[in-house]
Amino acid sequence: MRIVNVAHGEFYMLGAVGAWVVSQATGSFLLALVAAPAVAGAVALAADRFVLRPLRYAPGATIVATIGLLYIIQQAVLSLYGPEARPVVAPVTFTVQFPWFGYSGYKLMVGSLAALLLGATWLVVDRTTLGLYMRATQQDPQMAQAFGVPVDRIYAATYALGGVLAASAGVLIVPVQQAHYLMGLDALLLSFMVVIIGGLGSLKGTMVAALLMGLIDGAVSIFFSPTLARIIASGLVALVLVFRRGGLFGAQPV
Amino acid sequence: MAAIGPLLQTEALHKAFGGLQAVQGVDLRVDPGEIRAIIGPNGAGKTTLVGMISGRVRPTSGRVLFDGRDITAAPAHARVALGIVSTFQLTNIYGNLSVYANVALAVQRRRLRSAFDILRPDDPLLAGEVQSALEEVGLPTAWDLPAGVLPHGHQRLLEMAMALALRPQLLILDEPTQGLDPDESAALTALIRRIADRVTVLLVEHNLEVVLGLSHRITVMDRGSIIAEGTPGEIEANPDVQRVYLGQ
Amino acid sequence: MTRGNGRRALVLHLAVLLALLILQVFLPPFHHGMVARIMVLATYAIGYNLLLGYAGLMSLGHAMFFATGVYGAGLMVYHLDLGPAAAFLVGIAASTLVAAAVGLLTLRTTGVAFLIVTMMFAQVFYLSTLLFSRITGGDQGLVLTGHLQPLRLGGLKLALADPGVKYNVALATLAACLLVNLWLVRSPAGRVLVAIRENEERTRMLGYNTAAYRLLALIASGAIAGTAGAVYALLFSYVGSTFASILYSIYPLLWVLLGGAGTTVGPLIGAGLMAYIVDAASGLTSSYLLVVGLALVVLVMKFPAGLAGALRARWWRWLP
Repeated sequence: MRIVNVAHGEFYMLGAVGAWVVSQATGSFLLALVAAPAVAGAVALAADRFVLRPLRYAPGATIVATIGLLYIIQQAVLSLYGPEARPVVAPVTFTVQFPWFGYSGYKLMVGSLAALLLGATWLVVDRTTLGLYMRATQQDPQMAQAFGVPVDRIYAATYALGGVLAASAGVLIVPVQQAHYLMGLDALLLSFMVVIIGGLGSLKGTMVAALLMGLIDGAVSIFFSPTLARIIASGLVALVLVFRRGGLFGAQPV
Repeated sequence: MAAIGPLLQTEALHKAFGGLQAVQGVDLRVDPGEIRAIIGPNGAGKTTLVGMISGRVRPTSGRVLFDGRDITAAPAHARVALGIVSTFQLTNIYGNLSVYANVALAVQRRRLRSAFDILRPDDPLLAGEVQSALEEVGLPTAWDLPAGVLPHGHQRLLEMAMALALRPQLLILDEPTQGLDPDESAALTALIRRIADRVTVLLVEHNLEVVLGLSHRITVMDRGSIIAEGTPGEIEANPDVQRVYLGQ
Repeated sequence: MTRGNGRRALVLHLAVLLALLILQVFLPPFHHGMVARIMVLATYAIGYNLLLGYAGLMSLGHAMFFATGVYGAGLMVYHLDLGPAAAFLVGIAASTLVAAAVGLLTLRTTGVAFLIVTMMFAQVFYLSTLLFSRITGGDQGLVLTGHLQPLRLGGLKLALADPGVKYNVALATLAACLLVNLWLVRSPAGRVLVAIRENEERTRMLGYNTAAYRLLALIASGAIAGTAGAVYALLFSYVGSTFASILYSIYPLLWVLLGGAGTTVGPLIGAGLMAYIVDAASGLTSSYLLVVGLALVVLVMKFPAGLAGALRARWWRWLP
């Protein structure tokens, strides 16, 4: 879509908070996994319709507007949900016992679900008409429009899909991390880092970068401190942008 | 003009965009005081060639010499300081800034002598020079209007005023009469002829009438190379040129 | 903004400063303190506006320059018991250096890339203040009271905690930066910055080394932001990593957009108005940052030129 969505992390937070609300009300984690992303998607659609589309997705204005959306969503959640961090019990509690250490079944499940989502996203973007329209619109909106692509609807769908994916990640993370109204900002910075290092518009790059960042983060956190790990990651992103605009694996420049 | 030898010279200038050879092995010589036109069919490499002379395009190989100095590595802004000034295929002015500010930007650039000058307040001389630059091109004084609201022909003249205010030695005009009506085009041609006594002009132009009436010498390009060069009369008579360019 | 308007603009600025000077006699204590704080934050906004409003570069990392001023001055006072004047100079020097370093690294980036790079550098800075919390005080911060000596001016000894001193030091800082900024944007360099904002490639082809001008704008912008930071630390006797957080990069953006980007008085209007709006909102709800969000969205959708920008478009064409 080639817009910088500063509010992206808030959809992730909405997913997490939504998961707590739904599983509190119904006791069903599975329902949360469907309902919370749907709510986030709806919020994203509204944001697109009433804020981003009227701005014609102009880069500077979009950034300012999504900063505004960040605070609107975040503060709305603060006033409705409160400042507490709240846990959600994992739907599965078994532990997988490897010869040398145990690993929580839920974390493995998250891993496989995330892989599933990534695969599905790739299929949508690479193999469907919707995906083709998305790529065409991103390349050249005017041209796409001329060829009969419903550009406005594609922008809306892309933005909403981004929100749904972020919220799904939010739901999946709650049993590990607890839901809190400020959790979006860290997620936002992390997603920026992964996407920039991986190269914009490259799902493969994104995945490799996420794994790489995860490894760096894990290693530095264990041996030094989590803060140092994040300093290194932020600095790396800045330097990649300065010296290798297409990301480490070469895609489109920012 | 005691200096003998060309004002501008290119040696074996090449530019490739990926696999596309836009300009290949161009040796061009322009003498001081000349009005030189470069013509050729679309895609002949004219704009790329003048881009390499003005510094907007970096050559793949070859050299550009100006007044005997090798400027191949000099950035575009430094070439302006040396006296190479361009106007563009699409009129390129600051539409949101006033007519005055557009020309003042050019005048103050020429008057910059040291780094401290950029912080010194405007002196009254600046306004005078802006005025004479605008008068020279025959622009009615609408100084405070945003330049973007001027009619297209006046925007072209404003661009000429900006270029002349830099007091160039070599003025590169890329399609100056494009989009002008015959009257405006004639006025611009007259202006170019008027300034030619103090500025060497390198002209890229489609309008053959303008080219033949204005230039001292004409260089014809096709597919990235020079295929002919000579006076307007010679070029008109050249069978090669008639074949590729005039389509006869 | 052509000829003959220079004097009118100067008179306007001097009148604003004079009004602020007189105002202190009449202000009740609460508003007295509030306006003093606003003047320091407005100075920060002036620095931000130089980059966004004139050079057209949107940064999301200015907290790094502001906080360098805060820490540069504050840590000198806290750890080395330096006097306020010396600490102030260290703050400015440090922020100028940081701005120069960041500027050299980001020279090749513009637009969205510039925004993200500055944000990431600011993030590095912010996390570093947490990592070295033994020196910086981290999240908790450090209170300077007890370390801060009075400001010596000639034979005078002025306690910076005194409200009157606070107000006038803030006013002097604002006045200096406002006038320097006015001079800068009306100089040939200011005209070039506006030209870069409008069309960088064209400006290069007029013979200007645009990268050098952008660097100059960033250094001046960072130095003014750092000046505000140093004064903030000294007047309010506190340093903390909050000042380096992303919120403090977003605030000046908001102030400048509200007041009017690319106008010299806009930052002061924006910072003042927003301070009172946030104050009113935080009396009503703990979600007072909602106001920040709403303001940003409404501004960018309905009033992209801000208040002073609207004034200039309607009535005062000469407003610099």
